[in-house]
Amino acid sequence: MEYLIHILIVAGIYTILTLSLNLIVGYTGLAALGHIAFACIGAYASSLLALNFGISPWIGIIVGAILASILGAIVAYPSLKLKGDYLALATFGLGVIVYSIAKNWVGLTRGPMGLPGIPSFSIFGYQISNVWSYLILVLIFVFITYQAIRNITNSPFGRILKGIREDEIASQAMGKNVNKYKLIVFIIGAFFAGIAGSLYAHYISFIDPSSFTVMESITVLLMVVFGGMGSLKGSFVGAFLLVILPELLRFLGMPSSVAAPLRQMIYGLLLVILMIWRPQGLMGKYKFK
Amino acid sequence: MLQVQNLCKEFDGIKAVDDLSFTIDENSIVALVGPNGSGKTTVFNIISGFLGADKGIVVLDGKDISSMSPFKIARQGIGRTFQNIRLFPQISVLDNVMLGLKYKTGDRFSSALFQSKRMKKEEVENTRKAEDLLKFAGLSEKRNALAENLSHGQRKLLELARILALEPKIFLLDEPIAGLFPETKRTMFGLIRKLKESGKTILFIEHDLHSVMDIAEKIIVLDHGKKIAEGAPEEIIKNKEVLKAYLGKKSL
Repeated sequence: MEYLIHILIVAGIYTILTLSLNLIVGYTGLAALGHIAFACIGAYASSLLALNFGISPWIGIIVGAILASILGAIVAYPSLKLKGDYLALATFGLGVIVYSIAKNWVGLTRGPMGLPGIPSFSIFGYQISNVWSYLILVLIFVFITYQAIRNITNSPFGRILKGIREDEIASQAMGKNVNKYKLIVFIIGAFFAGIAGSLYAHYISFIDPSSFTVMESITVLLMVVFGGMGSLKGSFVGAFLLVILPELLRFLGMPSSVAAPLRQMIYGLLLVILMIWRPQGLMGKYKFK
Repeated sequence: MLQVQNLCKEFDGIKAVDDLSFTIDENSIVALVGPNGSGKTTVFNIISGFLGADKGIVVLDGKDISSMSPFKIARQGIGRTFQNIRLFPQISVLDNVMLGLKYKTGDRFSSALFQSKRMKKEEVENTRKAEDLLKFAGLSEKRNALAENLSHGQRKLLELARILALEPKIFLLDEPIAGLFPETKRTMFGLIRKLKESGKTILFIEHDLHSVMDIAEKIIVLDHGKKIAEGAPEEIIKNKEVLKAYLGKKSL
């Protein structure tokens, strides 16, 4: 049972990542490949604050999210000039940079040795350490993220984002300050990704750079595309499916040395199948161009 | 109301626009005509800010707008359509029009995040406005269709409805009747006349001189980026320079 709850918690954290990336990629049409970098900032920020200064994770999670937002604003800067593949490359580069910093700035992050013993959240002196209570905590954050992204996209503001996705030049001709919207979207997306990172760190209680490789960014992107770009329900489906699916491999009795590469192969295969038969994703309406 | 002064633009040494000047009076319909490659669309791109001019300025109501970014120029009151039609394909026809409408506070991020009452009120008002514009363009029954599923003619009409939503002072229409059936062409011209009657100013591009004769009050003819003639339709059709540009020297 605990194992099952653990899967749900992980899926919930991925859902936050997927929802926030969907805002950037699915709704605004910005090809961002470095989403996990924001989670990395969030995770390290709140962990280091808790470990070094004894600061409560509640504050740490907010600080982490804000730092991630600042990084988001920095990433948004090239996105104002770059389009499509070039933006994808630039954000990919960011993912690599953040990962390298986490790995090589040993003085701060302890590098590949990671940070052990990250404390969990506590309410009124009660430690949220068992999986059930942590699941509730994660679900609350999933709900907040969902509500925020839904409100943002379900509005005239959200319509403008879709307009930018559909045609940037036409959006400008309609008097829309496209750069401002891109900046906001990156800041918000990064904010929630930062929260997801903190939630992960305080749950697992140990982080090291290997959790934040560029491959993870691609996994999250896959969840967005799989569930459907521009569909919030799709983000839930994408995240849950792609977290649970590889777990099923365990029950087939496969050793982890086989299961891990197999996971990647299955992801790849699913993506190819999807692009052929359902380019808009399982729940989405918006088709890839 | 709109003045273009000594505009020059070169692409790799080829003069796309060559020392072009003209003035568009308020509440007039002006056609910008010329053979293919004569620089008509380039002029539009410069006026609307998508291209920077090498030399020269564009003045709207006494204000130099040449160095403004496209979205600011749009807000100053210049609404343009595109030769190859730029709609928002994968969103509804109604939403396409609503993207042209102005909001006071309803399109802000904070309004969205907190789903403010004001936003909802403005949204209701704007939905009504957008529906009126769709009625004007004859697209009411298509309101929920995706823009990409419209026919060519309907797309042209939708693009017009969308810049109507922007309520510009001057409409720049890039080939509004290109590729339209005669009937849709008449509809389009009818709409353009209605715009003029309601006090708007229209500058449109067309390469076929004859099809603009009835509607344009003034015609500006471009050839190789240069203005070769400007005047009332009946003068233009007799102009030797114009005939030369269109028909070649031999046929004269």
